[in-house]
Amino acid sequence: MSANAEERAGIEVEGLVREFKNGPRAVDGIDLRVAPGEIYGFLGPNGAGKSTTVLMLTTLLPPTSGTARVAGFDIVREGGRVRGAIGAALQEAALDPLLTGREHMRLQTALHGLPKAERTERSAELLARVGLSEAANRRVGEYSGGMKRRLDLALALAHRPSILFLDEPTTGLDIQSRSALWDEVAGLAKEGVTVFLTTQYLEEADALADRVGIIDHGKIVAEGTPAELKAEIGRPTVEAVPRDPGDQERVAQALRPFGEQCGATHRGGASVLLEGGESQLADVVRALDAEGIAIEQLQLHAPSLDDVFLAKTGRSLEGAGEDEGEAGSEEMEAVQA
Amino acid sequence: MNKSALSIQVGQLARRSVRRTLRQPAQIVPALIFPLFLLAVNSGGLKSATNLPGFPTDSYLTFALAVPFMQGALFSVMNAGTDLARDIETGFLNRLALTPLRGAALLSGLLAGAFVLGLIQAGTYLIVGLVAGAELVTGFPGALAIIALSVSITVAFGTLGLFVALRTGSGEAVQSLFPVFFVFLFISSMALPLDLLETDWFHALASANPVSYLLGAFRSLLIEGWDLGALALGFGIAATILALGMFAASAALKTRLVRT
Repeated sequence: MSANAEERAGIEVEGLVREFKNGPRAVDGIDLRVAPGEIYGFLGPNGAGKSTTVLMLTTLLPPTSGTARVAGFDIVREGGRVRGAIGAALQEAALDPLLTGREHMRLQTALHGLPKAERTERSAELLARVGLSEAANRRVGEYSGGMKRRLDLALALAHRPSILFLDEPTTGLDIQSRSALWDEVAGLAKEGVTVFLTTQYLEEADALADRVGIIDHGKIVAEGTPAELKAEIGRPTVEAVPRDPGDQERVAQALRPFGEQCGATHRGGASVLLEGGESQLADVVRALDAEGIAIEQLQLHAPSLDDVFLAKTGRSLEGAGEDEGEAGSEEMEAVQA
Repeated sequence: MNKSALSIQVGQLARRSVRRTLRQPAQIVPALIFPLFLLAVNSGGLKSATNLPGFPTDSYLTFALAVPFMQGALFSVMNAGTDLARDIETGFLNRLALTPLRGAALLSGLLAGAFVLGLIQAGTYLIVGLVAGAELVTGFPGALAIIALSVSITVAFGTLGLFVALRTGSGEAVQSLFPVFFVFLFISSMALPLDLLETDWFHALASANPVSYLLGAFRSLLIEGWDLGALALGFGIAATILALGMFAASAALKTRLVRT
């Protein structure tokens, strides 16, 4: 494949599966396509299979079955060429606390084979780009979480990859750091870099991604642009949280006549898709009042990606991973395997 | 990959390993203090052993000076292994795996830190020992030979630390090796020459223990003079451990880095 063709190629995945010993399928036959220059948001709770997918696509974990081509190269037969075309910032910024930011950049550029004269220039350019020029000679152990993530991103870009994998790049960051990283990722996409971004933050996928794939229990349950996915839901959701958590079932009963139930919410309430739209809100209040249920919170939600997740899986994305600790642990073991 | 690219990789990783070692006083200081402390205790407490018929020298300090070089090598197992285990635990190894890095470059680079630590240790033990009154019958060339042997053993033992780190991915597992290696050290000619060990089972175990011959190589240079047989045995054992350790570590690296 020529360099131009490589630049034009994105990611193509067919029937990708990864099984672990004595465990469920972490990734269970996913298909997806990411066009060149696109930001693809891969959304799902902890343990859904996001990181395992990234490890396979970055050649760090062989798939059990299925095929995938990244930048036009087969991830199993052409692993070396895939690695040459991609950059990756995996879960948790994997940095050496004893090295400085500049030393990290020099090591990374050298290992990628950049000529000596170019290494210093490229390192300085990337450190400036992520706002770490002043901190470049400080040891990474002294960096904040946001600085580490930005250095991680700079390292992933050292060899000018055409495809960038970012595995939960903003997890644990404050809003300012998250926003700065979003700007940087958006800027990269404008330059033509294909971005495969895993996240468990709805607003991140909504703000950044051209298209979103929602993964749950190793399967893609929905895919499309954020607008398309939300349009599928169409109707607003009303969520009622009782003052007494023991009233959750009574709330669900009271809401039942108003539309399709979305199940229990992570706040201990119940929610329903309003068949008749926002105008039914007053009727909902009256129904709850008639049942004599004291309400702590009543919220009307415009359709969101969380509603899409709820509609497709019967659970809310926020906190969905909490009851999946086992699956989450297996995914972490996969990362470390 | 051409030879030049490989040498760049080795050089870069070696530089990182050396920097890491020098920036962790907690790795260097115990590796210097602990063996010298034991040397001081043993050479004072076991001084009367020199009265035994057949004891090769009348300075127990000179006899015991061989031991810190071995203890220092044990620290290199811990340091090299713990550093690599940390890279595995933090995901840094995955970062390296995403580059065109070759396994040989990674292992060689990591051992560079053990090499530097070995140099610092050997120089310190020798200088402190000589200042305290130990003898060195082979003079300056012998000092160079002692440092070369010490560094060889340190690097060879370092490969064992790398192997365990790669097999287990755990710093704790590497640390747990320390008592095992210490047992090897104690069941050797550490305190007395092999031919003065009168307990049969202990003599048999010490005679089968390669550590006894590594100690013998150091003592030949300190006490006896240029004994090529003892030196060949010492360097040969170090080379064998190095070769076996590298082979095992390379195999473990292939398993650990399952990249396609």
